[in-house]
Amino acid sequence: MKRDDTMEKREVIRLEQIRRDFQVGDETVHALRGVSFTIREGEFVTIMGTSGSGKSTLLNTLGCLDTPTSGEYYLDGVSVRTMDKNQRATLRNRKIGFVFQNYNLLPKTTAIENVELPLMYNPQCKAAERRRRAIEALEAVGLGDRLMHKSNQMSGGQMQRVAIARALVNNPAVILADEATGNLDTRTSFEVLVLFQQLHAEGRTIIFVTHNPEIAQYSSRNITLRDGHITGDTRNEHMLNAAEALARLPQEED
Amino acid sequence: MNFANLFRIAVKALSNNKLRGFLTMLGIIIGVASVITMLAIGQGSKRSIQAEISEMGSNMIMIHPGGDRRGGVQLSADDMESLKLEDLEDIQTKTRYVTYVSPSVNSAGQAVYGANNTPTTVYGVNLDYLEIRRYRVDDGDTFSEQDIKTAAKVCLVGKTVVDELFPDGENPVGKVIRFGTIPFRIVGVLESKGYNSMGMDQDDLIIAPYTTVQKRILAITHLQEIVCSALTEAYTDQAIDEISEILRENHRLKPSDEDDFSIRSQQEMASMLTSTTDMMTILLAAVAGISLLVGGIGIMNIMYVSVTERTREIGLRMSIGAKGIDILAQFLIESILISVTGGLIGVVMGVGAAVAVNLIAAFPIYIQPWSVFLSFAVCTLTGVFFGWYPAQKAAMLDPIEAIRYE
Repeated sequence: MKRDDTMEKREVIRLEQIRRDFQVGDETVHALRGVSFTIREGEFVTIMGTSGSGKSTLLNTLGCLDTPTSGEYYLDGVSVRTMDKNQRATLRNRKIGFVFQNYNLLPKTTAIENVELPLMYNPQCKAAERRRRAIEALEAVGLGDRLMHKSNQMSGGQMQRVAIARALVNNPAVILADEATGNLDTRTSFEVLVLFQQLHAEGRTIIFVTHNPEIAQYSSRNITLRDGHITGDTRNEHMLNAAEALARLPQEED
Repeated sequence: MNFANLFRIAVKALSNNKLRGFLTMLGIIIGVASVITMLAIGQGSKRSIQAEISEMGSNMIMIHPGGDRRGGVQLSADDMESLKLEDLEDIQTKTRYVTYVSPSVNSAGQAVYGANNTPTTVYGVNLDYLEIRRYRVDDGDTFSEQDIKTAAKVCLVGKTVVDELFPDGENPVGKVIRFGTIPFRIVGVLESKGYNSMGMDQDDLIIAPYTTVQKRILAITHLQEIVCSALTEAYTDQAIDEISEILRENHRLKPSDEDDFSIRSQQEMASMLTSTTDMMTILLAAVAGISLLVGGIGIMNIMYVSVTERTREIGLRMSIGAKGIDILAQFLIESILISVTGGLIGVVMGVGAAVAVNLIAAFPIYIQPWSVFLSFAVCTLTGVFFGWYPAQKAAMLDPIEAIRYE
């Protein structure tokens, strides 16, 4: 039954035989060798793979930072392959929310200003609306009381939550997380996972790229990548609840 | 991308690094301030020379007899008697670009009044002379046309002569002084003009009718010099051409003959003098300009460092939707902000320094509005020019590499 539900949903991402070759000296490196899959609205997908599996290249392609050598990529129904740099920049601005491993917040800048940043590059968004949406996004990640904290006054978990708020602020078609828990300790990782599950429950589409197999258990679908091929694509019928896992963690003694 | 947002982003980025921004600015501040101060000093001395020259009569033209060759012997110009009264009359009547014309004959000698005496020069002229040289009578009156006709023994005296002969502050008007052996009655005292730019005391003179000096002192009939004034400074060249034509005709010179007179204008003297100060101004401004260039290179240097240091920030901005042009604009605005702010501070400091030089060293200054605008424009251009390459470098970064830059 659940499967039928997702079939009805809109396609957010469709990859058709994506290939990406790099020229390194005289050799051609095939980072992606014909990758095809479809992600529908509301899915929480982990893309797993060891380093060298092509997952970074796939992430760059999905994030419209890179264009495939061949194959078609439709983001929210729009073909990305033929777009130029500026069109892709605008597309990223409107359709994609990035969350990076090392947060990438602007230094000495308040949470709210960091979150407003994507909207600064959207001329249609006026100052008042920008502020309102930034506050909403920060409240959504549970930082409503830390709007004016500067990035260097925050813990890793808080910084990552600001980064997630920044990814949410433009109301993207898809959130792309690149090892978003990679720099965090176990407890904070779970806190961030709870947040992602919460966003998933709200119906957001999330793609989480990681090499940590544990995280796959908390997502609704798991794509495995190896040597530029997809070696596994499974739906996770028994998604674990991150909030429960967090509660089970032994309390740290400070 | 709207400009206001980019501007806000650039201001924010700069305020994150205030000390560095200020140090970078310092190069521009010093550059602009020194350009403005140097130009103010250069222009100030040029202006003061020009003012002195125009005080002497900037449209003045002086005609002297020229040297001549007689039987292979080069004669001294002073011995020539080629300038005649007819020449003067023709210049008076036949020219269009000449307003005032005066003969000039002079004699150096000792002026005596009572127990006091002073060496000075008596100039024999007509009434136009006062207009040409811009002398005004302070006290008393000028001599009259009638005095010229009758070669009356009357004179006007300069302030220096008055001070020497009447040290007690007696009113000199109506007193009779002696020049050599000739008694002169003082009819007026000239307003003081002070020293000219060549260090000559313009008040150390006696002015008398030229007829008196010709007949009673020198015993000559020719003129040593003719001075006249062009309509305005701008017509000096036309006036010189007219005079030259009249004199060549009067002196019956063949087209192949050289002039037997020489004409010099105050304008020539002025341009000669100001060319010296111009040269000085150019040199000073060039040195100051170099410091502005060094300041610009400082901006470029810092912007390059800044781009490298902020590679990840650039990568992030690009991933969340900044276009290359947005990044270019941001860094360009940053460097322009540095240079323009530095320029503004530099203008204030430059003007301040110039005024200080004027107050402390009593050096004449003149701050030309264009020099302020120019240095300001130059430093904005500096910002664009030296900010361009680093900004371009930032805009060309690949977001994929930039975001993972360590």
